[in-house]
Amino acid sequence: MDFSAGIFLQVLVDGIVLGFMYALIALGYTMVYGVLEFINFAHSEIFVIGAFVGAEILLGLESSGALAVLPPALVVLALILAGMLVSGLAAVGLERAAYRPLRGAPRLVPLISAIGASFFLQDFVRLVESLWRNTFYLNYPTLDVLDVNLSLGGAVDVPLKSMLVIGTALAMLLCLYLFVNKTKLGTAIRAVAQDPDAAALMGIPVNRIISLTFFVGGAMGGAAGVLFGLHYSLINPYSGFGPGLKAFTAAVLGGIGNIPGAVLGGLVLGLMEAFAASYLAILTDGAFGAEYKDVFAFAVLIAILIFRPKGLLGEKVREDGA
Amino acid sequence: MKNLFVTAGLAGYIGLTSFLVYSFPRSVSAFLLFEASLLFIYYAPVAHAAKLSFAAIVLIVLMPLLGSIEGYYLEVAVQIGIFAALALGLNIVVGFVGLLNLGFVAFYAIGAYLWAIFGSHQANAFIPGGYFPLAPGWFFVFLPLAVAVGAGTGVLLGLPVLRLRGDYLAIVTLGFAEVVRALVNNLDKPVNLTNGPRGITPIERPPLFFQPLLEFLGFHPDPAAVYPVYFYFLVLTLLLIIIFVTRRLENSPIGRAWKAVREDEIAAVAMGIPVVRMKLLAFAVGASFAAAIGVLFAAKQGFINPESFTFMESIGVLAMVILGGMGSIPGAILGATIVTILNLQLLKGLSLWLNALRQSGTILAIPLLGNFDLSQIPAQFEPAKYERMVFGLILILMMIFRPQGFLPPRQGGSTELTTGGSTKLTTGGEK
Repeated sequence: MDFSAGIFLQVLVDGIVLGFMYALIALGYTMVYGVLEFINFAHSEIFVIGAFVGAEILLGLESSGALAVLPPALVVLALILAGMLVSGLAAVGLERAAYRPLRGAPRLVPLISAIGASFFLQDFVRLVESLWRNTFYLNYPTLDVLDVNLSLGGAVDVPLKSMLVIGTALAMLLCLYLFVNKTKLGTAIRAVAQDPDAAALMGIPVNRIISLTFFVGGAMGGAAGVLFGLHYSLINPYSGFGPGLKAFTAAVLGGIGNIPGAVLGGLVLGLMEAFAASYLAILTDGAFGAEYKDVFAFAVLIAILIFRPKGLLGEKVREDGA
Repeated sequence: MKNLFVTAGLAGYIGLTSFLVYSFPRSVSAFLLFEASLLFIYYAPVAHAAKLSFAAIVLIVLMPLLGSIEGYYLEVAVQIGIFAALALGLNIVVGFVGLLNLGFVAFYAIGAYLWAIFGSHQANAFIPGGYFPLAPGWFFVFLPLAVAVGAGTGVLLGLPVLRLRGDYLAIVTLGFAEVVRALVNNLDKPVNLTNGPRGITPIERPPLFFQPLLEFLGFHPDPAAVYPVYFYFLVLTLLLIIIFVTRRLENSPIGRAWKAVREDEIAAVAMGIPVVRMKLLAFAVGASFAAAIGVLFAAKQGFINPESFTFMESIGVLAMVILGGMGSIPGAILGATIVTILNLQLLKGLSLWLNALRQSGTILAIPLLGNFDLSQIPAQFEPAKYERMVFGLILILMMIFRPQGFLPPRQGGSTELTTGGSTKLTTGGEK
């Protein structure tokens, strides 16, 4: 390991990929926090469900032989859409079952329920996979085309799968931006986030908008899950905990409730993590290595919450604010 | 007259269930019925002294006796005791003050590692001279030391984070626990403090200081048989001390200040309660309980590694507190008992039963659905591993259907988190 420019660029690309992954997950946390002022702790499991849906479809296609015939672009698109749909629906169901009965309860009550839901879903995925495949550690079948390296000049090679993550994330973020800012439903979401009571008085069906928010946030998480699987291959029902916690950190870092903030926070955190993983060992003469990158992320979270709880871009403050 | 009946009934029940456990040493139900006697004692309308003597008979005489017949029960009782102590510690933070601490297990880990490092060869790795392991007698020095270190770390964590809002505080404590675990996992270099993921073993057990007395009385027991009973009494003593301290605190100005902070922080400030200091104190007290019981845990296990101190443990303890009822001392103990037994007995029992079914190779015929070959049950499907699902279900169901828990605190009733009445929950909430 050294400080050469090639490695620097490689780490930069890794950090950006990781950052967009966190950004996509962070959107789920931040949107739900925006409308309900509550941390959807089980969002990391919604992400994992997306990853498992992708894996199951790919494994199904592989065993039926269709994987070799179908065009890879179509397969990837189908995977992402399926992951989004299932995860979105799972998030809506989760809200119905575990959060809606607690609407209006003191803050910590739905949070505790969300933690319960997170644990329940982890083992639920494990249960389903154990009964169905007799294992719950799944390996994404490789799509050869994703491992093709694109040369960015010099010694820097970027595999197509990294480009896929970045491209998909950018496309989805653009869609989300347009949806939230330019459509009627998006306006309704913003109205509910600003003041649910006034929104209800204006004839906005608040409950349906909340479900919609969960669906959109869940779908983003599901897409992130599929991308995670395609990029890192190995998944298990507990894979969500780390990325989930970091994505939450990203959301807080950018300013929770703030959609551009989630993206910024994700990128900053992803880059910091990638650089910490690569350079910590060099900077400390090998005393502390990549294994401390998680400590690093949590330290950032704690520091941000203590020194700038509003996050980098500032928290969206509600009219009747607390 | 009525009292006499109740007393006789209790005595009869205890006698009967002990006999059942004695006659059916493998039966879980018998053991559960026996355990339930403590609950009946707690609720029975008899004099305080009678309750105490019944509880003493059950805990000090019957439990060790039955445990010496079937050692497994003693093991379960020790586990319940450890978790009950943890739940009582968390109960102070979550139940009395209303702060959600998701990283409680970190303090437990700190206590456990404190004794593990110095009560084994581990400390030789960074303190030259070969003084370690310390003599077993140091165990009793490390218990109060752990209390101090636990309280210190509790304050250190609390100082910066207590200004945060409830849900942020929860996440920060979770992050803190993950940092502690990552440190424990990785501090085998540059200096080998914790031996990393391989864990530390063997750890010294506490000294058998009563050995001379036993020998003087003419007993020459096998240490292997003495230690389980010894640990049982150690855990019991520690638990009783913790219960005593908690009760005294609860009924003191401090306890009332804690509840005032929980009910309405702004009003508490207005009444002159030093809110931050009160919260810090709660963090410190809870953490010190956890650290002390951690020392005992390390000594009992003889082996610890970071795997014993995961996020799941924190949530398990939280589930215990919530099941029993936040802010309730008997509730925390009941919660610890139920959750431990669910995990240790029910889930494991299901696993064994499934294994037996698998091996029997029976073919189950269900009308309309066809035949199922039971030997085909996937081997990876092990109910014993589904602790998270149990914890998760407890948390969700309790929050929706009974947020005040099964044994809610008796007086001082309505609390923000533990209110039973749905009216309070729907109107009192912040949007």
